[in-house]
Amino acid sequence: MLGRIVGAAFFVVTLAVIAGTLTVRADEFTKEDLERWQNEYMSVVEKGRALWVSPELGTNGVACAQCHPNAANTHPETYPKFQQQLGRVIALRDMINWCILNPLEGAPLALDDPDMIALEAYVMYERRGVELAPGKH
Amino acid sequence: MSNSKMSRRDFLKSASALAAVSCLPVSMVELAFADKRKNFMFAYISDSHIQFITGGGFVRNWDRGLIRAVAETNLLQPKPDFVVFGGDLAQLGMKEELDHGAEMLAKLDYKTYCVMGEHDYYLDLGEYWSKLYGPHYYSWDHKGVHFVTLNSILTYDDWTHERWPTAEQRMLEMAGLDNPNGSPFMVGKKQLDWLRKDLEKVKKETPIVVFSHSPIQKIYKGWNFWTEDAEDVQALLKPFNDVTVVYGHVHQIQYNQIGNISFHAVMATAWPWPYPQSYAQAKSHLPKLTVPMNRADPFFERDATGWQFIDIDNGRVSMEYNLSNNTNRTVAFNPKTGKPEDSAFQDPAKRIPPQTHY
Repeated sequence: MLGRIVGAAFFVVTLAVIAGTLTVRADEFTKEDLERWQNEYMSVVEKGRALWVSPELGTNGVACAQCHPNAANTHPETYPKFQQQLGRVIALRDMINWCILNPLEGAPLALDDPDMIALEAYVMYERRGVELAPGKH
Repeated sequence: MSNSKMSRRDFLKSASALAAVSCLPVSMVELAFADKRKNFMFAYISDSHIQFITGGGFVRNWDRGLIRAVAETNLLQPKPDFVVFGGDLAQLGMKEELDHGAEMLAKLDYKTYCVMGEHDYYLDLGEYWSKLYGPHYYSWDHKGVHFVTLNSILTYDDWTHERWPTAEQRMLEMAGLDNPNGSPFMVGKKQLDWLRKDLEKVKKETPIVVFSHSPIQKIYKGWNFWTEDAEDVQALLKPFNDVTVVYGHVHQIQYNQIGNISFHAVMATAWPWPYPQSYAQAKSHLPKLTVPMNRADPFFERDATGWQFIDIDNGRVSMEYNLSNNTNRTVAFNPKTGKPEDSAFQDPAKRIPPQTHY
């Protein structure tokens, strides 16, 4: 009985906290929200572009953009796919790491490294509008 | 015709022997005339992008491309009359890069003519390159053909002289192929005047072969697969019967025919570039005639490089691509259609999946 009363009280307090701190319900957002969220995304795209042209991503000064201007010939819309040279299905970020390791002679990034997310964000942004084609070689 | 075919077969025999030991990004050029005594060949190496690593050393991958091309050019039989280096010897125009590249090129057993690339130029505006290779543009005659080398990578004066606080930044801005701060390439008025005068003394039936770094045609401005005053150069070449332009910069197979002018691109020794249509956000104009090279396999370091030889019948250059890890390609001038065509793949029904770029 006591437990029930305590539980109900906690529930009421929780509701009060939510009502007090949020001005809108979860599924409501404004134009300003959309703009802010897009800007957040674009700031990561810009970080990705900076990494794409950076001689610092690897160790030999070679940048991704040297072989992939505007991230062309990266085909992000086809991943995950069977990478025939590796004999298994991989994600785009696995190929990004392959490039960092080989032509850039660098150390692979952790798959959830913010730099990896930024590189992916940039590659996808340059490919916007292209139909998804997972698995396509 | 029959003479040139025979000489080509001889050459192919020695080429396949070479291909057995290695694969190389060299263009062999054969100029074939009805009188076989006039026939000759030259090799074409381009876009080595020798890249200095801060703190010492050079990027191994790019070094290997040039070392290999030079070594195998020296093994060619029959011997080429000379070699052309098509520009972008350096990555950032540095003395270290040009010296290192020149040291490798100096191992060639043949006279070497050099073309200026933007990566050689925009640090010191070609000053150190000139100490190694002389004038930025020039012409000469060889066995009945008039050769012209242009410096096609110039741009607007205010971009070159006013825009950037340092020479290093100017070089970096132009070095990024997809950098929106770059500027379109051009030959410029001074050089056009020189070319006009140079061509005045040449007979209209003399075959002309022009070497430039950028294409003297407009394909995609965003990556400078482009020369701003291409039409002005083409107009000066128009009165001649047989004109061929050979260019680097694009790191891929391209060919085209505009009026009397045949265009051929050569491969890089360093790395291949995507075809402009692979960039989804912009329109480009790859010549419809071009059947693309195979998509590059990055797991083969030298893939999408190769070597080519070029046959000319009746003063027309045609280029034969011998590609490492790929099906060989022959792009020959077809006198019946009046344009260069791929001997195996020109018919759309005969194309293969790796030639599809997206």
